[in-house]
Amino acid sequence: MNLIKLLDKMCPDTQNSEQKDMFFTRREAFRQFGDFGKKVALAAVPLSILSAIPRVAKADTESLIGVLNYALTLEHLEYRYYQLGLDSGVIEGGDLAIFTKIRDHELAHVLFLQEVISNVLGGDPVAEPEFDFTAGGNFSPFTDYPTFLALSQAFEDTGVRAYKGQAANVMESDVVLTAALSIHSVEARHASMVRRLRTKKGQDDIKGWITNASIGSLPAATQAIYAGEDNLTHGGVNVASLTGIDSAAVAEGWDEPLSMNEVLGIASLFLA
Amino acid sequence: MKNELIKSPGLVKNANRRQFLKRGTLSVAAAGLLLVGCNDEDDPIPMNPGVNLGSGDIGILNYAYALEQLEAAFYAAVLEGGYFANASAEEKTIMGDLEKHERAHREFFKAALGSNAIESLEVNFSSIDFNSRNSVLATARTFEDLGVAAYNGAGQFLESPDFLLIAGKIVSVEARHAAAIRDLINPGSADFAGDDLIDSNGLERTLSFSEVLTAASSFVTTPIDFSQLPS
Repeated sequence: MNLIKLLDKMCPDTQNSEQKDMFFTRREAFRQFGDFGKKVALAAVPLSILSAIPRVAKADTESLIGVLNYALTLEHLEYRYYQLGLDSGVIEGGDLAIFTKIRDHELAHVLFLQEVISNVLGGDPVAEPEFDFTAGGNFSPFTDYPTFLALSQAFEDTGVRAYKGQAANVMESDVVLTAALSIHSVEARHASMVRRLRTKKGQDDIKGWITNASIGSLPAATQAIYAGEDNLTHGGVNVASLTGIDSAAVAEGWDEPLSMNEVLGIASLFLA
Repeated sequence: MKNELIKSPGLVKNANRRQFLKRGTLSVAAAGLLLVGCNDEDDPIPMNPGVNLGSGDIGILNYAYALEQLEAAFYAAVLEGGYFANASAEEKTIMGDLEKHERAHREFFKAALGSNAIESLEVNFSSIDFNSRNSVLATARTFEDLGVAAYNGAGQFLESPDFLLIAGKIVSVEARHAAAIRDLINPGSADFAGDDLIDSNGLERTLSFSEVLTAASSFVTTPIDFSQLPS
């Protein structure tokens, strides 16, 4: 699947007035679902509850489906990457527990998002795209372990920024927002682990958190993944000026979002 | 981690307990708060007037501010203790970073809240041995995991997309911290994102306001009135 097709699928046309009406009616229906959801959201949104949600929840809310299909695309990418990594034997024995767990999470995310998109929102989950993890012959992640780790870090740090960038776009539904936040922090845990693992192995000198907009020893092609991470100003407050804490530490203390287009631009390097 | 949800007197004022019980929105936590309530009424303790987090988004930002105060105070104490003095270079870097990050978060919320900010909380770390690596790391894990679950649970109650984004920017850093601390405790294992926190759907746990404040209450002596937070 090429990027344009992917984008088409994620950004449905709601120009047509009939579609628009339908969309807003459905949105209203979904808002009611949200109120219901509030009562169950503090549990971990088990699938049994999601599938037990009444008909009104099956409203086809295009914007939510679009965002979740975007997330699903990234989860497909991550899952396939780790599965191929585990299959290839490139991962050192001492790190298998880590990458098996990460693979398990990414697969669970794929299945969860497919379930929500199809059975809760009544939409069509995007099919898994075909990936090229060599990015046109530039990388050999499944024969070279440092490269495997480097791309893993790139995908995890991108995933964190991608989910963060969509939080406001799923606010309408408490259940979807809470689920997205609960995936977002898991991706951040993965990112921290992989970053520190690369440093422990002497491949980089980075920390679990992102310092300024530094790519460390990653290939220059990853710069877009870290662009803007050096931001010091939040809600109009420059926190370095406010506190006198060094700007590197302040930049580490806040992760930054990426837009859907920015993330798809990064991900497109790995689409066949 | 359920065993950490221990109750301590003084966290919640009686009026709030009654209000929460009346609303019937708390189940597990309410039972514990009820017990605390009985104790207080039998044996009145001079109560610190405490702080009121307020309502709406301001209330939630004050909730975050309270948690960041707790974390910042903890790491400040870590840097003064015997564990830190003798820690490895890697662990010194991590603890030093965490102290700065949490202090930056705390000061940010204080500035962002302005006149709506709650007062500084009084903390009680007598249960922590700051000379012990095990004690410090176990407490750090508790605080970091708690912070993540708190932000994840509170997100849905925020009205402002701007505040939601700011919370999102902070929670992933707390998750990065939590994973690092967990890896220091059990290196090379899957604990950095352990099954004790992450369910079979790959979703990290969320905790409610009352669950989080109850868990934090063994370290905070200032009573916190959170009765106006959204539910």
